Amino acid sequence: MTTAANTVAQKKGFGATLWDWLTTVDHKKIGILYLIGGGFFFVLGGIEALMIRLQLLVPNNDFVSAGFFNELITMHGTTMIFLAAMPLLFGFMNAIVPLQIGARDVAFPFINSLGFWMFFFGGLFLNLSWFIDAAPDAGWTSYASLSLASTGHGIDFYAIGLQIAGGGTLMAGINFLVTIINMRAPGMTYMRMPLFTWTTFVASALILFAFPPLTVGLFFLTFDRMFGGNFFDVDYGGNTIIWEHIFWIFGHPEVYILVLPSFGIFSEIFTIFSRKRLFGYSAMVFATVLIGFLGFMVWAHHMFTVGLGPTANAIFAVATMAIAVPTGVKIFNWLLTMWGGSIRVTTPMLYALGFIPSFVMGGVTGVQQGAAPLDYQLHDSYFIVAHFHYVIVGGVVLAILAATHLYWPKMFGTMLSEKLGKVTFWFFFIGFHMTFFLQHFLGLMGMPRRVWTYNADQGWDLFNMISSAGALLMAIGVIVMVINIIMTTAKNERVGNDPWEDGRTLEWAIPSPPPFYNFAQTPLVRGLDTYWIEKQDGNKKGYIPAEPLSDIHMPHGSFIPFVMSLGLFIAGFGAMFRVEHSWGLPVLIAGLVLTFLSMSLRSVKDDLGFYVTKEEILRTERGSK
Amino acid sequence: MMKGLKKWRFPAMLAALALVLSGCGENYLSTLRPAGEVGREQFNLLILTSLIMLLVILVVVVIYVAALVKFRRSRLGEDHMPQDVEGSHKLEFIWTAIPIVLLLIIAIPTVYYTYKLGDVSAMEKADEEGNPEHLVVDVTAKLYWWEFEYPEYGIVTAQELVVPTDEKVYFNLKAADVKHSFWIPAIGGKMDTNVDNLNKFYLVFDEESKDLKDGVFYGKCAELCGPSHALMDFKVKTMNRDDFDGWVAAMKDTENQVADKDSSDAGEAAFAQSCIGCHATSAVGSTGAAGPNMATFGDRNRVAGYLDHNKENIVNWVQDPQKYKPGNLMPAFDSLSDEDLDAIADYLLGLKVEE
Repeated sequence: MTTAANTVAQKKGFGATLWDWLTTVDHKKIGILYLIGGGFFFVLGGIEALMIRLQLLVPNNDFVSAGFFNELITMHGTTMIFLAAMPLLFGFMNAIVPLQIGARDVAFPFINSLGFWMFFFGGLFLNLSWFIDAAPDAGWTSYASLSLASTGHGIDFYAIGLQIAGGGTLMAGINFLVTIINMRAPGMTYMRMPLFTWTTFVASALILFAFPPLTVGLFFLTFDRMFGGNFFDVDYGGNTIIWEHIFWIFGHPEVYILVLPSFGIFSEIFTIFSRKRLFGYSAMVFATVLIGFLGFMVWAHHMFTVGLGPTANAIFAVATMAIAVPTGVKIFNWLLTMWGGSIRVTTPMLYALGFIPSFVMGGVTGVQQGAAPLDYQLHDSYFIVAHFHYVIVGGVVLAILAATHLYWPKMFGTMLSEKLGKVTFWFFFIGFHMTFFLQHFLGLMGMPRRVWTYNADQGWDLFNMISSAGALLMAIGVIVMVINIIMTTAKNERVGNDPWEDGRTLEWAIPSPPPFYNFAQTPLVRGLDTYWIEKQDGNKKGYIPAEPLSDIHMPHGSFIPFVMSLGLFIAGFGAMFRVEHSWGLPVLIAGLVLTFLSMSLRSVKDDLGFYVTKEEILRTERGSK
Repeated sequence: MMKGLKKWRFPAMLAALALVLSGCGENYLSTLRPAGEVGREQFNLLILTSLIMLLVILVVVVIYVAALVKFRRSRLGEDHMPQDVEGSHKLEFIWTAIPIVLLLIIAIPTVYYTYKLGDVSAMEKADEEGNPEHLVVDVTAKLYWWEFEYPEYGIVTAQELVVPTDEKVYFNLKAADVKHSFWIPAIGGKMDTNVDNLNKFYLVFDEESKDLKDGVFYGKCAELCGPSHALMDFKVKTMNRDDFDGWVAAMKDTENQVADKDSSDAGEAAFAQSCIGCHATSAVGSTGAAGPNMATFGDRNRVAGYLDHNKENIVNWVQDPQKYKPGNLMPAFDSLSDEDLDAIADYLLGLKVEE
């Protein structure tokens, strides 16, 4: 909401504002929508996690039933990966990446909106399973023999919900790729792109190659469960191991899809708050690309115990270890960025400082599990639970929380409280290590993962209790953060272009939040850390314009993405209930017709957008000063 | 493989770490207290990788803390402008090369043991008379119990695996319904029981289990297989070869031990009436029963794999199996009279092959 948009919003009623958000194609607003959607699912997944830890607090607990526990772990994993971590990162990518490259919007604003609404309706579909029939219960990996044997509609919700949400993700990935390739401002060469843009770029390429296998796998699963297919049914010549391969060919790159943008966020933070350019920029870029590439070569390390044979296991073991090299390069470059800098410990920097030891822990246990013979012991034990939470919470979630503080002023024009931010950090950070550190040892002491309860005679009681207590601390941290957001929004103290004072990249050169057209004139980029260079040269404007001030061409909002996604959402219910209810087939068809009609409408109706006149731009620019 | 490091320090550190870790967990369950060759090899790999990784963590933490202490803005002053450094080829080379060396140190034993543990060629070997040289056990994982067949001897048992110590025992692993995973943490790593194919691996059991707390090692299902995944435990009894041969002979002797409907033992009669369709009482046979074999029930350590081994639990289980292992395939026998249930429990507890 720019100052201009604010004045517009004030004239509008609630209905008009709602309509504005439902139809927006502005990357900054879609970024906010992603944050709201992802934030909602993050809280939901967190509540599921608390219930899991409450059940495991003491041995032989019966707080939840065995079947419900499996639903909880499945939905916790699926929600956190697909509906919380990824959308939250997309939120920041949307809000920041176009600004970092000096663009007015993403390449395909319409598709951007469609991507969001498909994620939203897919996530909604999946979570409605709690209220209709049953939630999926075969784990977030949904291994085929169990997912085919699962009764009720839980797995159907999983397959269709993720299919819809995954389609949205694929669109978002393609959109970022095209945006970063085509929409860079003059002078913004690849080797001048900020690291967050670089990591978004590589993560988007991973999405492009990793999501189609997931789509295929989910279609197979959908056909097997709802349309009499036999892809995974061994009795009819199917094969369940194929599902494992398909899932992990997607699933392993997915880890890097999450963690690379997180690396990008931390790279921004280390440079800003060390007041120093990134050490070894080109090595960092190369390491990012290499991690992305190797990420596709290691999927079978999730399957060492499946019985692929020693040759496959040995090859995948060594390939897995290789990833540690570029990751190590990144860690040391961050350390050397801090070295010789002027370190200011703000809340985002605090998260970055917490990230280094946490992520290194997750990385080294990853190497240990890469050693195949050792993995035979560690696989599917609590050790792996500890490992991937160190990577995903210690890497990705800390990055998301850091980015929330770092980019909040840019996105909303107000500054989150530093004091409360630090309180959140310490609760979350201590709680996190309390929860997951001892789980390494639980695994080594023989505790398998995904167990609903455990007997008291196995030496696991104390560590489980400490682990559960830690989860509570994390929850307190998140609650403090929500309070922080509410208080900051209520206070509404506006900030300037560069609230952290040491901003280096283009997004800090324009108002917070930026006007809806971002840059009044497309900037000219003279080097890495553009804004920093201009600041050093005493340029008050913040950037050098590459073009004279003229009318700006902008796209219209559209309601079609919402309707298209809604159609798929409706069709999903039809597909699922087709066999037992006569209304199923008509609903399936009706939903698809709705989607395809709105698609054709979009094709037939030419929408050429509109122009923001020079006068209006001048008025806005003066107003925001 | 440790040439690069100081000769005496590394083994000393290994020993120290091994000592610390081996204090962790129960000796019948913990991977940190291995009681077999396979588990020990994996444990050694754990110690080796842990040390190298601790070294990495140490280096990172030292640089990190030093940077944080030396270069705080509060120390340097608000206006301090650090010098921009583009990078350093020398440093980039160092922190690329050293990790590669460290990883090679890990990779060599990793590849070696991957092949070693994956070698099951001896499984098919037989002596001149056609007797297999090694014990082979066929494991079938079912919703939520384990069946163990000894094809060489023509005997079968369930829930409690019995194996000889100090020799390689080979396993054929398979699942009958959904995927499970066969894991005896104190003995060695796990292997999945797939529905598609037979998996093969070996384990070695060093210690006789009779001195352990419950007289057995604990086995686990390590792959999510439905609501009662957490309860799909089994137990492992290890004994020396002589005792094992004795056990096999006793198992073979149960050949014609079939519950009789007209028996004077009320428990046996009731069992023959209601249970025999799924549960055999003779250990002679092969895999494929609908329910666990009962020939050694009295010798076992648990009811249903995890409940205390007493009469009350047997009665409770038979009356309502779903309450104790949701999703299992046994129907409830709640129409049986209390006397019948009592008698069945007594009968089952009397089914033994061990003294």
